[in-house]
Amino acid sequence: MNTAKRGRLALIGAVAVGAVVALSGCASGDPLDGGDAGSGDSETLIVGSQDYYSNEIIAEIYAQALEENGFTVDRQFRIGQREVYLPDIEAGKIDVFPEYTGSLLQALDEDAAGGTSDEVHTALGEALPEGLRVLDAAEASDQNSWTVTQDFADQYELTDLASLENVTEPMTVGGNSELETRPYGPIALKEKYGIEIAGFVPVEDSGGPLTVKALVDGDIQLANIYTADPNIKSNSLIALDDPDGLFFPDNVVPVVSEKVDDKAADVLNTVSAALTTDVLVDLNSESVNDKKSADKIAAAWLKEAAIF
Amino acid sequence: MNFFLDAIAWIFDPANYAEPGGIVSRLLEHLLFTFVTLVFASVIAIPLGYLIGHTGRGRGFAIAGAGGLRALPTLGLLTLVALWVGIGLEAPYVALTILAIPPILAGAYTGFEAIERGTIDAARAVGMSEGQIVAKVEVPLGLPLLIGGIRSATLQVVATATLAAYVADFGLGRYLFAGLKTRDYAEMLGGSILVILLALVLEGIFALVQRLVVPRGVIAGRPEDVRARPIRSRAATGTPVTEGRSS
Repeated sequence: MNTAKRGRLALIGAVAVGAVVALSGCASGDPLDGGDAGSGDSETLIVGSQDYYSNEIIAEIYAQALEENGFTVDRQFRIGQREVYLPDIEAGKIDVFPEYTGSLLQALDEDAAGGTSDEVHTALGEALPEGLRVLDAAEASDQNSWTVTQDFADQYELTDLASLENVTEPMTVGGNSELETRPYGPIALKEKYGIEIAGFVPVEDSGGPLTVKALVDGDIQLANIYTADPNIKSNSLIALDDPDGLFFPDNVVPVVSEKVDDKAADVLNTVSAALTTDVLVDLNSESVNDKKSADKIAAAWLKEAAIF
Repeated sequence: MNFFLDAIAWIFDPANYAEPGGIVSRLLEHLLFTFVTLVFASVIAIPLGYLIGHTGRGRGFAIAGAGGLRALPTLGLLTLVALWVGIGLEAPYVALTILAIPPILAGAYTGFEAIERGTIDAARAVGMSEGQIVAKVEVPLGLPLLIGGIRSATLQVVATATLAAYVADFGLGRYLFAGLKTRDYAEMLGGSILVILLALVLEGIFALVQRLVVPRGVIAGRPEDVRARPIRSRAATGTPVTEGRSS
């Protein structure tokens, strides 16, 4: 064996060892293994969040509030959409997760009836599996809405969903594909209010900038945009009132595991008590318009709110 | 794990052929979108590629430029264009045309470059004008490589054209987006299988075309590859024996 060959073997060996070390590092860093690893240390609470900027801000607020009150927190943010993380919450791998009452209730129980914020909150508590509970809901809500432009609303004197019957021109709806078949979608508008929808245009960015642009440009007349979206304010959009409860109320609420004791629950309830819709819109605006990171937004708000 | 069987069942479910938005019309939309995109890309890339291939100028620019275009993430580009021109088919057409340009451009100029210089010199020597050289020598001889470029562009476009459904009610991508969000995985996989089938059919057609466009003169003039067969048997060419050492 000559030296060149030996050198190459040594190189391959080094790469292999490096790869094994790196991969084992990955294995122990698996975000969803944390539940078992942390079970010995009952003080560490795993806080998760959806892959949605606003949800991450709320999760960061929970995490920082818990830390300020002496808890150790493991952040597992931006896990995905509900279908991805719900099994992990149900399996108890995440201890604190910011959720939305109505949407979570519908995900757990397809036949759930709607109602007021309180009714939905109570129903959600009953629908959650063993070992999970919801704490107090915040006043802040971030829910689906039928949104129109200010001009369109003025032209036809629109205030709530029923007033859409004033509209004489054909209306096109835009939103994610699933909106077409959702219980509050175009079909419900026709069945509940007798409003004719001329067409459906898929815009797959969940009420994001493309949907807002389509609405402002007049390519679509009705869009599904979340009520805490700062774009509503900055683009003079109107989220139509929903007096009959077509949409489920979606108040922000922490879903917690049994590892969250009374002291931690008090901390989270104190946060929820201070979290109003106006606050949530402002927080979202700091992310969307000022491009600030979630941890900075959360820290600034906690300092300003002075609840601890 | 019967997703695959569910997807096959979804494809053959007559309910999914009900118009509007049935499988047949989605397939045709997808094909139309792919075809129009390829026409746009060809109109831009082929003349440019021929110019580069014939003159030999700007080759470095073309390679770098085309490489850069290839690296553009199509969904990001589509979103960017859509934020500018609004929703509808314009943004997907722009994004996918940019995706299709690099392989066609490469096919056009490499087709010219692969021609033996002696052939072109001969054409010039018998008095052909530059225009005649391009039209009668370079274009026919470069055609197989150009078709190869279009073939690879077609494959990319037909697969990526699902993104048209991101901002428009168009094409097979509708099944993918709708299935994903409503967790209807049979619909999603069924839509994907249709895209794959379409891609395979187009691949087959192009493979055939690529063979047919080789000029007859080129086939007739191909020298038989005599080196493919060994002239002598291997046993006659051994290595000299070195005695007294074992290796």
